[in-house]
Amino acid sequence: MSELARDRAPVPGFSTRRIMAMVRRHYYLLRGSLPRILEMAYWPTVQMVIWGFVTQFFMGHSSWVANAAGILIGAVLLWDLLFRSQIGFSMCFLEEMWSRNLGHLFVSPLKPSEFVIAMMVMSLLRGIIGLLPSWVLAYVFFEFSVFSYGPGIVAFFSCLFVMGWGLGMAVIALVLRFGLGAESLAWVAIFAFAPISAVYYPVSTLPEWLQIVAWCTPSAYVFEGMRAVFIDGVFRTDLLMGAIGVNLVYLAIGAGLFAWSFASARQHGRLLQMGE
Amino acid sequence: MSTLAIEARNLTKKFGEITAIQDVSFAVEGGGITGLLGGNGAGKTTTISILLGLLLPSDGEVRILGCDMVRERYRALPLMNFSSPYVDLPHRLTVRENLRVYGELYSVEKPEARIAELAERLDVTTLLDRRTGQLSAGQKTRVALAKALINRPRVLLLDEPTASLDPDTADWIRTYLEDYAREEGATILLASHHMGEVERLCGHVLMMRGGGIVDRGSPADLLTRYGRSDLEEVFLDIARDRVSTVAAS
Repeated sequence: MSELARDRAPVPGFSTRRIMAMVRRHYYLLRGSLPRILEMAYWPTVQMVIWGFVTQFFMGHSSWVANAAGILIGAVLLWDLLFRSQIGFSMCFLEEMWSRNLGHLFVSPLKPSEFVIAMMVMSLLRGIIGLLPSWVLAYVFFEFSVFSYGPGIVAFFSCLFVMGWGLGMAVIALVLRFGLGAESLAWVAIFAFAPISAVYYPVSTLPEWLQIVAWCTPSAYVFEGMRAVFIDGVFRTDLLMGAIGVNLVYLAIGAGLFAWSFASARQHGRLLQMGE
Repeated sequence: MSTLAIEARNLTKKFGEITAIQDVSFAVEGGGITGLLGGNGAGKTTTISILLGLLLPSDGEVRILGCDMVRERYRALPLMNFSSPYVDLPHRLTVRENLRVYGELYSVEKPEARIAELAERLDVTTLLDRRTGQLSAGQKTRVALAKALINRPRVLLLDEPTASLDPDTADWIRTYLEDYAREEGATILLASHHMGEVERLCGHVLMMRGGGIVDRGSPADLLTRYGRSDLEEVFLDIARDRVSTVAAS
């Protein structure tokens, strides 16, 4: 039969149009929901204001903070960036589950890899929307701008985004495997990394055995790198490379978990059944 | 070369100890409407899920338009589509937004024009800028059908396409499906509990019970074989396992 798809259709490759279709879908969702936009910006802004005043207080009471003004605000803003990256990624997936739309999506030509990339793009956009007000307010009220520390800090930002994607893939893999009962993981999973990410203190503060664990997280390299920039004015390439290296492992593990859980969902029929 | 649009060979699906379907084989020629009939738990949705590639079979093989749906489903997916009451379109998006997203996912040329055309034919033009979640059940069914037709599919799988529609709207949808299959030369596989719908639309019927296909043929053949005057009685004979009694009488 000349109309057989096998004979006439080329193997559809990677499609930017399909990725942008998913970005469009989530843009429509955000555009039509002011509460969603406010929720994204609310917590980073509150955090920044609190830690901004804490910084002002310590400026007069701690020589360490006085010598590195902005280190606490910077840490808060970067931590929120990591959190927003992971939650932004996971939320896009949860929105599809809540709306019982996964069945439609995965009988369309959309590939899981394209779906994941679309979620990365949305995580980036959601992160920017969520963090922009806090960055602006940090500059207006506390004269602090992370960008004043040079392009190196942007490289560290990027590492946190990528770490959020790796964790996001792992989280949605668990939700795909265990259902919406596991959705709270999307909100809390990242906090398991807070103590060992050395957000507010150097890795050397941790017990020795925990330092080994800390160096297995990209965030520990990033926050050490941030302190090197803020305190010593030095951009540590070794820390950036460390963050990139560990991130590659996180991405590989996250992608592997997602691929495994997607295959398992196809095996058990969960793609059609998942929803509220 | 094969002219088969859908080909299922020895499909079996087990969920642990439970066998959802066992050794299901059938073939559907290109063009026309085929009905998949059976009671609750007969295996219709499992079969359709496997045809779509959403569910992997424990054993057996599915080919859609010649493509193996386990190994090369991305060749077939752009040419097929489906609608089911088990999945929804995002409620917070408007009808137009939902159709636009799916138009892009299926790489439809001039998606806005296609949306306008479908909206007119399915009588949803006035609903385009309403949120999908605000629609009545019947309106949602028509919108779901618009989504299923957005890419002019050559193979269309429909699970209960007229569920929750009033008789007038349901009749109107059936007419549209008949026209679509004829005009586009498309193949439609229709799972339904509505016997009148199946008698009217389907040139061929597959009867399922207990996870297997127990009979098949045109509605007229089945009526003759079972000595019944309508397909609902045939359905009851099969669903209640009265087949041997009927055959004997």
